[in-house]
Amino acid sequence: MPEIIEAAVRNAFPDAVLDSFEIDGVLNIKLNPSLLVSVCELLRSGESLAFDYLADITAIDWQDRIEVVYRLTSLASNAKVVLRVDLDRENPKVDSLTGVWKGAEWQEREVYDLMGVKFLGHPDLRRILLPEDWEGHPLRKDYVIPD
Amino acid sequence: MSSRIRTEFVEINMGPQHPSTHGVLRLEVVLDGEVIVDVKPDVGYLHRGIEKLAEMRTYIQFIPITDRLDYLSSMLQNAAYVGAVEKLGQIEVPERAEYIRVIMMELNRIASHLIFYGAMGLDLGATTPFLYGMREREDILDLFEMTCGARLTYNYFRPGGVMADLPAGFYQKAKAYIKKQRERLAEYDDLLTNNQIFIARTRGVGVISAEEAINYSMSGPTLRGSGVAYDVRKADPYSVYDKLDWDIAVRTEGDTLARYLVRMQEIRESLKIIEQALDMMPPGKLQYKTPLRLKLPEGEVYHHIESSRGDLGVYLVSDGTDKPYRLRWRSPSFINLGALSRMAKGWKVADLVAILGSLDIVLGEVDR
Repeated sequence: MPEIIEAAVRNAFPDAVLDSFEIDGVLNIKLNPSLLVSVCELLRSGESLAFDYLADITAIDWQDRIEVVYRLTSLASNAKVVLRVDLDRENPKVDSLTGVWKGAEWQEREVYDLMGVKFLGHPDLRRILLPEDWEGHPLRKDYVIPD
Repeated sequence: MSSRIRTEFVEINMGPQHPSTHGVLRLEVVLDGEVIVDVKPDVGYLHRGIEKLAEMRTYIQFIPITDRLDYLSSMLQNAAYVGAVEKLGQIEVPERAEYIRVIMMELNRIASHLIFYGAMGLDLGATTPFLYGMREREDILDLFEMTCGARLTYNYFRPGGVMADLPAGFYQKAKAYIKKQRERLAEYDDLLTNNQIFIARTRGVGVISAEEAINYSMSGPTLRGSGVAYDVRKADPYSVYDKLDWDIAVRTEGDTLARYLVRMQEIRESLKIIEQALDMMPPGKLQYKTPLRLKLPEGEVYHHIESSRGDLGVYLVSDGTDKPYRLRWRSPSFINLGALSRMAKGWKVADLVAILGSLDIVLGEVDR
């Protein structure tokens, strides 16, 4: 199954896949951030591999970059795939997936709030858990916890 | 001269202190008369930054914090986190401990659904169901208390097992509880499920289709109420769920009543699971070892379980030390609440209370 998914992505977008590996038998694809939305549209609507369910969006601060991790599931076949994009830590931004999945709206707001990633094209990108006037993004590794 | 009366939208706040919001949740509601034009949930009042707290605690020290997320099903919170630690650390769990875990998780699921049953009644103006639900929940809390000493925040799961074996007399008490609960479920149905007013307030209200529910990443009884038979216990079986015989509760209507009925059916299914687990549990002493200072190998793991509220995921990234490098809590309450606006538009304020009640959120888990 992982081979089929990866081949489908590579066929449609030859420049999209930067790296791929498996973790616990689940295919992880490191994507070219500019093709993220196109790849997600392909994976969501594909006939043999309809990844209809956006299970999770989160981000990791690796101190030299911010990595955003998207976890997709196909509810019909229970196949899974993880998409990852590396972003510039100083100005992390990536296209929003709200046009593909409504479920991305709140999850992207959370990643913006706590990790400071800007999602371009998000209809309502505001802080969600912290107050509007909060400074900084607490899940960054260099965040100083206020007294 | 026009005789038309000029009308305008009214914005009102529901909460953050309001009995129907089930905790500290504020809803910014825009109304056209009594009809909802828009709802914006404002969350975060209970945000404690647990994902950051995790980075400052050892793997074992974080277990009691999980109790404080969805505090109505703390056993399941323990299970999701400890399951992730075990998967990354390749820690084996004795079979007896797995059965004990399943018993605890399903008892806790029932306890949570009993609160839902009571709160749903309260939200719609019926006080009695709450008293009934709380009465039976008390029996479950007694079972928890005799096992681990706590009635709400259990801190019971450990990497490799559980804090303590079942105490003497647990088996008989649990069996007696199952028998009693089955009888009482008939009473619940008489009181609320078959109540004409309750049905009128919930049937056809706040409908969300399967396609939309999936699009909004909903999970748990709210997704199964829309006809999607997705349950992590069946989809990605963990612990010993694959050895037990039970069915996924699912309804196709997608309305508030369907979400209620799914949970009532889940109580029955959970009773079936507990009954089997009690009899299938291997006897003997519970022995296992967990180092107090647990270090996990470098790498990452994603472990998810079916909590009372849905697909609860723990994403753990380790840099090889005794503390997580990054921990992500995929909270089903938070994600389900994201669909409230879509579900409530066009309905009346009184229906908003019913629809929100049917999502069965816990703010500790929404805000984390």
